[in-house]
Amino acid sequence: MDDIRLLIDFGSTFTKVVAVDLDKVEVVATARVPSTVESDITVGLGEALKKIEENTGIGDLEEREALACSSAAGGLRMVCAGFVPELTSKAANLAALGAGAKVIGCYSHKLTQQEIEEIEAASPDIVLLSGGTDGGDEQVIIHNASMVSRTGRAISNVIIAGNKTACDEIRAIFRDNSKNVLYTSNVMPEIGVLDVAPCNKEIRDLFMRNIIEAKGIARAKAIIKDVIMPTPSAVLEAARLIADGYGDAGGFGDLIVIDVGGATTDVHSIAQGKPARPDTIIAGLHEPYEKRTVEGDLGLRYNLDRLLELVKERETPPNFDAIVKGFHEGKLPQTGEEKACHLLLSCLTMEVAVSRHAGRIEVVYGPTGETLVQHGKDLTHIKTVIGTGGPVVFSGNRREILEHALFREDNPFVLKPRDPDLYIDEQYILYAVGLLSQVEPEKALNLARKYLKRI
Amino acid sequence: MKKAPTIITGTVGVDAHVIGTKVVSRALRDAGFNVVELGMQVSPEEFINVAQETNADAILMSSLYGMAELDLKEFNEKRREAGLGDMLLYIGGNLVIGRYDPKEVEPRFKKLGFDRVYPPETDIVAVIDSDLKKDLKTKGKM
Repeated sequence: MDDIRLLIDFGSTFTKVVAVDLDKVEVVATARVPSTVESDITVGLGEALKKIEENTGIGDLEEREALACSSAAGGLRMVCAGFVPELTSKAANLAALGAGAKVIGCYSHKLTQQEIEEIEAASPDIVLLSGGTDGGDEQVIIHNASMVSRTGRAISNVIIAGNKTACDEIRAIFRDNSKNVLYTSNVMPEIGVLDVAPCNKEIRDLFMRNIIEAKGIARAKAIIKDVIMPTPSAVLEAARLIADGYGDAGGFGDLIVIDVGGATTDVHSIAQGKPARPDTIIAGLHEPYEKRTVEGDLGLRYNLDRLLELVKERETPPNFDAIVKGFHEGKLPQTGEEKACHLLLSCLTMEVAVSRHAGRIEVVYGPTGETLVQHGKDLTHIKTVIGTGGPVVFSGNRREILEHALFREDNPFVLKPRDPDLYIDEQYILYAVGLLSQVEPEKALNLARKYLKRI
Repeated sequence: MKKAPTIITGTVGVDAHVIGTKVVSRALRDAGFNVVELGMQVSPEEFINVAQETNADAILMSSLYGMAELDLKEFNEKRREAGLGDMLLYIGGNLVIGRYDPKEVEPRFKKLGFDRVYPPETDIVAVIDSDLKKDLKTKGKM
């Protein structure tokens, strides 16, 4: 019998399953059924697996080896609190996003009573505290730890990733406290140095050990092997594998993945993003090689309001307002007019999401002449742009939408890719590539090569 | 013994003359200080952010291009706002354009919040030994 591996994504709306033949590196079956996390996750899963069984003849053996990722039950919801907004708060935010979390709040400086109540009300899965470089400020993180220690059961998991000198005092604060508190290395051990990998790992471990249990996702383990990461994390893993390659098998090099969704738009870039010109100065925090941003206000169904704000400055197709109201209610574009409206919104989402993710150049005039200052990553050299997510994949104008991710001569200060090849994740395979990369990296890479469609 | 004081160095504004601040950083390190070297073209806001995050005891700024006064116009207000009113502030270099009398310039920078103001060609080792260590001791930071 062929070596078939099942890869599963528990989404908030749909549970998706991909069956991959590892010998032929081929997708042999896919299934998509409504998720049933609210009641019992195994019901939806069982249904999806039944569909796959009918098409492939796989059985329990393969199901026991299946790996899954999840963004169900709200995903991995995190709150970050650091000291200076541009420094340790931003570092914590980048660490959480890089671990596939949904950052539902980001705070700076000493937390106030009102803020801590706000955090408690949001009941995040994890609170991440940063603050101070190693040997630097201790007051803020100690204050914030003490505020968090006094909260109720709404906050049960806390990760401390700040000034190491403050850790002893923080341990004392949490002694005899029922919260699960984990200590990891500082996300910003010194100024200009971002060290998010240990914190990423801690977040993911916590997700696997505790959080899927609390959300009822772990029940799936009665059927499959494990739920190993949040879905965005799987996509980021895939992006890294596709960029870097594995062993002797070269990758695509630096790249961007844009995942346009109903509620949010994720952008992942795998690139150092160093300045194209050697005389450019980098300002601010050096961003990570693997960077993920989430535009929580850019979605094509749930977050249309913000998009409509942006549309105001542009010319809109006929009946725009009425048609958009339909999208709000979950209607999919059918007629020519509806499609034109949807296309406009999709293009705008793409343009804004990538512009926010990419770095920018600022020209500073001084007595010594012009100086170029770069904030964030320079992505102009990138040769691979991959689009995924329903609004892009199912559109009849995929190329047009993806082209909105590119550099524009009329706004040359935003450092977006100038001349990349464009790809579409036609089979919704990126999450599966990310999951498979954890066990069969080489095959996962070949799977991506085979199914990413150049347009 | 207390831990070594943390000192931030860098050139302010869009000044790209980086040699002076490198010499200063080296001398501070040799003298046993913990140095956060920001290099060239550091904005006043960045000095403040970094001072907060590193809980720094002093900033030693350099400026050679004569625009420091303009660059630092509201620096004192901003750093007080940021809770850094007690931090030592030194500046040195070519602080105004052309030849100038350091005695005339010093009060202008003292007004901007600087504890000590140095003309070009100052001996940094002497400054560290005579001024910096003394000032830090007075503030109980050493």
